[in-house]
Amino acid sequence: MTRPAAAHHPPERPFHLWLLAIGPGLWAAHFLACYLTAAIWCAKAAPGAAGGAWTAAALGPVRWAVAAYTAAALAGIGGVLWHGWRRLAPGAGEGPHEADTAVDRERFLAFATLLLSGLSAVATVYTALAAVFIGDCR
Amino acid sequence: MSERGPADNGPRPAPEHPGPLASEEVRRGQEERLRKAWAAPEGWRYWSAVNNTEVGVWYIAASMVFLVFAGVLALLMRAQLAVPGNDLLSAEQYNQLLTMHGSVMMFLFAVPIFEAFSILVLPQMLGARDLPFPRLSAYGFWCFVIGGAFVCGSLFFGAAPRGGWFMYPPLTTRYQPGVGADIWLLGLSFIEVAAIAAAVELIVGVLKCRPPGMRIHLIPLYAWYVLVVAGMILFAFPPLIAGDILFELERTLDWPFFDPARGGDPLLWQHLFWLFGHPEVYIIFLPAVALVAMIVPTFARRPIVGYGWIVLAAVGTGFLSFGLWVHHMYTTGLPGISLGFFSAASEAVAIPTGVQIFCFLATLLAGRVTKSVPMLFVLGGLATFVLGGLTGVMVALAPFDFQAHDSFFVVAHLHYVLIGGAVLPIVGGFYYFFPLKGGKLLSERLGRISFWLMLAGVHLTFFPMHWSGLLGMPRRVYTYEAGLGWDALNLASSAGAAVLGAGFLVFLVDLLRPNKRPAARNPWQAGTLEWLLEMPPESWGVRSVPEIDSRYPLWDQPELARQVDQGRWFLPDAEEGLRETLVTTPVDARPVQCLRVPGPSFLPFWAAVTTGGVFVFATFHWWLATAASGVLAFGVILAWLWTGTARPQEKEVKDVGLGVRLPTILGGAQSIGWWATMITMLGDFTAFVSLVFGYFFYWTVHEDFPPEGVDGPGVTWPALAAGLLVASWAATVAARSANRGGRRVLVHAALLAGALLAAGGGAALVAAPLVTGLDPMAHVYPAAVWVLVLWTALHVAVGVVMQLYCVARGLAGRLTPKLETDLVNTTLYWHFTALTVAITVATIAGFPLAA
Repeated sequence: MTRPAAAHHPPERPFHLWLLAIGPGLWAAHFLACYLTAAIWCAKAAPGAAGGAWTAAALGPVRWAVAAYTAAALAGIGGVLWHGWRRLAPGAGEGPHEADTAVDRERFLAFATLLLSGLSAVATVYTALAAVFIGDCR
Repeated sequence: MSERGPADNGPRPAPEHPGPLASEEVRRGQEERLRKAWAAPEGWRYWSAVNNTEVGVWYIAASMVFLVFAGVLALLMRAQLAVPGNDLLSAEQYNQLLTMHGSVMMFLFAVPIFEAFSILVLPQMLGARDLPFPRLSAYGFWCFVIGGAFVCGSLFFGAAPRGGWFMYPPLTTRYQPGVGADIWLLGLSFIEVAAIAAAVELIVGVLKCRPPGMRIHLIPLYAWYVLVVAGMILFAFPPLIAGDILFELERTLDWPFFDPARGGDPLLWQHLFWLFGHPEVYIIFLPAVALVAMIVPTFARRPIVGYGWIVLAAVGTGFLSFGLWVHHMYTTGLPGISLGFFSAASEAVAIPTGVQIFCFLATLLAGRVTKSVPMLFVLGGLATFVLGGLTGVMVALAPFDFQAHDSFFVVAHLHYVLIGGAVLPIVGGFYYFFPLKGGKLLSERLGRISFWLMLAGVHLTFFPMHWSGLLGMPRRVYTYEAGLGWDALNLASSAGAAVLGAGFLVFLVDLLRPNKRPAARNPWQAGTLEWLLEMPPESWGVRSVPEIDSRYPLWDQPELARQVDQGRWFLPDAEEGLRETLVTTPVDARPVQCLRVPGPSFLPFWAAVTTGGVFVFATFHWWLATAASGVLAFGVILAWLWTGTARPQEKEVKDVGLGVRLPTILGGAQSIGWWATMITMLGDFTAFVSLVFGYFFYWTVHEDFPPEGVDGPGVTWPALAAGLLVASWAATVAARSANRGGRRVLVHAALLAGALLAAGGGAALVAAPLVTGLDPMAHVYPAAVWVLVLWTALHVAVGVVMQLYCVARGLAGRLTPKLETDLVNTTLYWHFTALTVAITVATIAGFPLAA
């Protein structure tokens, strides 16, 4: 097993573990915001909401809100994704990053961050699609 | 988070070469001392053991007993449904059986078996001698056994719960008198405590108790899954606990949380239950995948393909699983757009699920697969799971679900997922990991027989259920009419159940039969650390804790086993006769502490018995006994804390071998106690947030909330409470700084002042709804205010106890600038309490103003 000199060890920054959670965290925030906005609008603000849940009140502003949330969430996820990509780039394609070195640890975390933000972006778009196809509170 | 500053100045990497070989005599002495330190107690004291090798095995055995129990219930149900118009069971009995089957399988088998496996195997995978809080594991185990026996026992008195495993009100609040529902609520709440205890233990174990060199990208995949699943438990169980509290308050005190006549709403229970219940499915499924991720590389004879992708899948599934809960509620009349959001997330979760399966397939294709029983179960499980996953994609689509809802189609789907995704891999895991305890192998032949019986049984039982469901057969019916086209399908399902049962019987015979074949060391030629274990295993686990360079150290470091056995790595000795293990940093696994882990004690057992008493007696409304048990529990837990935690050590720094000197006590945010408190409080806070969610949920379903004519708790008393409690928090923080400065008198003054302020603040908080005459039985609004107030007041009361405890520790000389754990954890607790107070006051006093 070859080991690089200790001088090449990037320091341990536990924050990078949290980097993994930012993408999915943004998905969760986006998801919750969409759900709560729609639920509260349909229960409270939608014209005729007082008459019960089975109203055909238009979602109107909710769809714009979802669009705004989605833009914000995708921008954030894109940022994390880019961050992961940038950290990965120097070693991309060089192998499975499984040596006991700080460099490989960094690349692994960068790669996992990249994948997780990719998944989060897809899931965010899925959520937003519901507001594309559904136009009222029924 | 925990490490301060750049780690270049902090903990250093461990030496990467083993030490010299000590003489035979020295080594024998070391082994003698290690054996003595880690030996399990003998005679009746055996049950005071807390080591993972004992507690883990008891835990597994108990889970298996519950599995068999729930399996027998299932066989009885299938016997009843075999023919139309059968009268083997009455409707009442059938309802009890089906409720117990679901509840026991979910709460007493599927989740505990994960905790049990992990407690037993995780330390060995991490080259640790034990998990950081062995007594907590033991406490969790005893809670689990007591709660489980209580819930299961009710069946023999005909008093079992009968409202289905998700206990929907108003069925269970208005139409089912008797203690059944209370047994479910209180018995299982008690077990939820055990689950959260295990989650704390496992998260700290994975992050802080790895061998030197095992950086975060080298940990076994099982450990990644443990981390994700334990994190999920932490955020999934608290909403259920919050729901249980509301439910029990309604049943016992008639607070109308789910009673529409007084402003309540049964849908809130569904939200809280499924906010737990859906992640729960993944809490069951992911650990089984974790077993697969360990078994597949071993038999493919190569490292896993796509380690990073599997981590993506585990973490991604963990998150997405919290966005699925409403797909159990598609038919409750929520707006279509809400269903759309949840349908989207339910489809998205198929992506990471698929990714891990493709990684396993790729590993198998790239390797040279050897035939074995564990692999059979893994492959059979994966194939079965994929079928269940496909119907899952179907029922995730709202329009399809409207048709299939509450039919046997759903029963088929969930059993395919849970048996394929969990039960079969778990049995495979038994065949694979069995040598780790006792050094014996299970039978290859019986394993094959059992596998084929189980596989045939599963498909014969559950495949026809898709049809009977689509033909309109509803779930949870105790019988049905002939001639609806369901007869042959049901008979087939019942026959299949018998075959499945026979498969299990063979497996159980194999488990229990004597004269098993002794296993050679590392019998499967696996690459991960747990197979370092000598056969038969020694009580110490690893002879010395090695430095690790790869994901499969036994494959990549061929000399490792010999060096470890020769005691040439860390902690090769127990000079002081104490149980010790290494604590390392969470990312790079640099050693930072030599942790002394506690040994055998009956305190966890008594703590579980007395806390269990509180729940059991409360079920029958024996309030005096409940109170007495509560007082005893309080005493036992204090005794446990006083004698067992934050103990002074006879030496501050210890040489752990290879010239590495580590402290025996760590303060502040580096100590494992801080981590455990932090994790516990996150779970606790999640339960609180669920209660706040309830408050605002009622606001959304009501036109005016607070209702017309009802005055809220006002502003004066809540504001006073907030002021006093924030002052108490500040006093606690000040005490911590004073302690670091070594000013003892100031520490005590600040803590006592903090306790007084907190007592006053807590009283003012309770006074708020009291003096304004809010009647919790009249309407859901006052009830919602009261529940937030009581939750917060209870936390303040615990906070006062902690402050006074720190004063007592200081007086006893057990709270010093170096030994500050108690005060640091109290302060951390108060951070969360202050936040809870702020949110409660803003909600009960501020929101009515805004609304």
